[in-house]
Amino acid sequence: MTDAIINVQDLHFSYAADQGEAPVTLDGVTLSIDPGSFVAVLGHNGSGKSTLAKHLNAILLPSGGKVYVQGMDTADESLLLDIRRAVGMVFQNPDNQIVANVVEEDVAFAPENLGIPSAEIRRRVDEALEMVGMSDYATHAPHLLSGGQKQRIAIAGVIAMRPNCIVMDEPTAMLDPVGRREVLETIKGLNKNYGMTIVLITHHMDEAAQADRLIVMQKGKIVRDDTPKEVFAQVEELKAVGLTVPDTVELCWQLRQEGLDVPLDALTDDDCAAALYQLLKKD
Amino acid sequence: MEPILRTEQLNHLYSAGTPFQHAALVDVDFCAYRGEYLGIIGRTGSGKSTLVQHLNGLLKPTSGRVLLEGEDIWSDKALTRAARFKVGLVFQYPEYQLFEETVYKDISFGPKNMGLSGEEIDRRVREAAAFVGLPDDVLEQSPFALSGGQKRRVAIAGVIAMDPSVLILDEPTAGLDPLGVEQVLSNIQAYHKAKNATIIVVSHSMEEMARTADRLVVIHEGKIPFQGTPKEVFAHGHALEKMGLGVPQVTRVFSRLRTFGADIDPAVYTVEQAKNAVLAALGKEAE
Repeated sequence: MTDAIINVQDLHFSYAADQGEAPVTLDGVTLSIDPGSFVAVLGHNGSGKSTLAKHLNAILLPSGGKVYVQGMDTADESLLLDIRRAVGMVFQNPDNQIVANVVEEDVAFAPENLGIPSAEIRRRVDEALEMVGMSDYATHAPHLLSGGQKQRIAIAGVIAMRPNCIVMDEPTAMLDPVGRREVLETIKGLNKNYGMTIVLITHHMDEAAQADRLIVMQKGKIVRDDTPKEVFAQVEELKAVGLTVPDTVELCWQLRQEGLDVPLDALTDDDCAAALYQLLKKD
Repeated sequence: MEPILRTEQLNHLYSAGTPFQHAALVDVDFCAYRGEYLGIIGRTGSGKSTLVQHLNGLLKPTSGRVLLEGEDIWSDKALTRAARFKVGLVFQYPEYQLFEETVYKDISFGPKNMGLSGEEIDRRVREAAAFVGLPDDVLEQSPFALSGGQKRRVAIAGVIAMDPSVLILDEPTAGLDPLGVEQVLSNIQAYHKAKNATIIVVSHSMEEMARTADRLVVIHEGKIPFQGTPKEVFAHGHALEKMGLGVPQVTRVFSRLRTFGADIDPAVYTVEQAKNAVLAALGKEAE
């Protein structure tokens, strides 16, 4: 347990009802995330997944229970800066996260605020842009970039703080298919090549399918926590909580309803095609 | 098929006459037929939002014409105004445009501006709320107290309340969870069926387009390279990939299946079509 980068213990949370916001609650969430893992969180609107994400770098504080980031209690205000440095956060709308008129200045914004010497900032900015594949755009104007490129700049801005973990709250929701693919490839690269821990909140089943671990939330509780293959194989269960499965699994599931012998864990295009090929060949 | 909304040689230049001049639409001949469910697909920056904003007179063409039921909407002021009511436009993330104290007042804003009687406004608000599945008790609540999916449906109801014969929605399901997506799609379908309205939906989801639209128009770099039934359009798989659009997931799976050597028709675009194709290949009928 002590090795976990994030450790959530019996977390409860409720919004004050008088703030005009729907009273979304967390109702006893316990969760531990290992360094270097890629965890996706699924759940319908109001399931509590964004509320959980906001607890992971102390944007929200627990009403009950504890959240520890690298052993630091998020309720301890004196640790706030260290917690925010350890866990960075990326949001849905790239336009709301970009502050400067030049890409590299935008990426430098957070380290500048940390009071880091300028030579070190230069190094971090170059490295962060390299990590998201945007080095060629260092001196461009962010507002002229595509949605996917802007979101990668936002991610670079977080990386420049050298976090060990990045929490992303639906980072591809506003992007077109190419933008989504770019951002997802970037996320996977950060995880595989740099060992960065990733927590990805998403509505896209095909994105969730690419994580190492998939958590399903409903009504403020974790209802499933397993590999994507195992989770998506529970088609009926997911449908019951208002979620869907990738079209690959949906197709196999519907074929099984017709009495055919196909596996439900064929998540990728290739696996699904291979499973269908076996089925057709047998005949 | 009878055209309801057309553009002729439509051009739109942004920042014309400056060094930033940019042609968003180039000689576009677009056509929507009465009563069809039309999908528009294109990358961010392809010109699709610029196009739909011309269709109800929000943007004025740099050159070319926009014809609603055969009449140029810019030929006189009354026609321009009429186009804004006959062609309803729901923007991306319309829930951010809610502003009234109650859901009822928000939905009634459009019909009020049309100068309708109080009775007619009330009828329109209740009818529109019913189309998007909002129960009566929600009408007196603050729109800001609702969930994201409900807010989106209030915003759509506000446009439906103007009783448009053409309803255009720019990415109506973006950012919603699967349940919210299904609700919004069935709301649109209900309005389409009940009023025989023409529906134009802009979407990034090829899967969603494949199972909802009768016809698709592709926009790329301000032009229309392909249009036709989903089958005709998705047959251009490679070209669509190059434009950053791609094909539905089951279509990709079937292309893979062909490369393995399976003898199966790769022209499937929805899960249902894929299932039926597999069953047919096995000599079975769907139960």
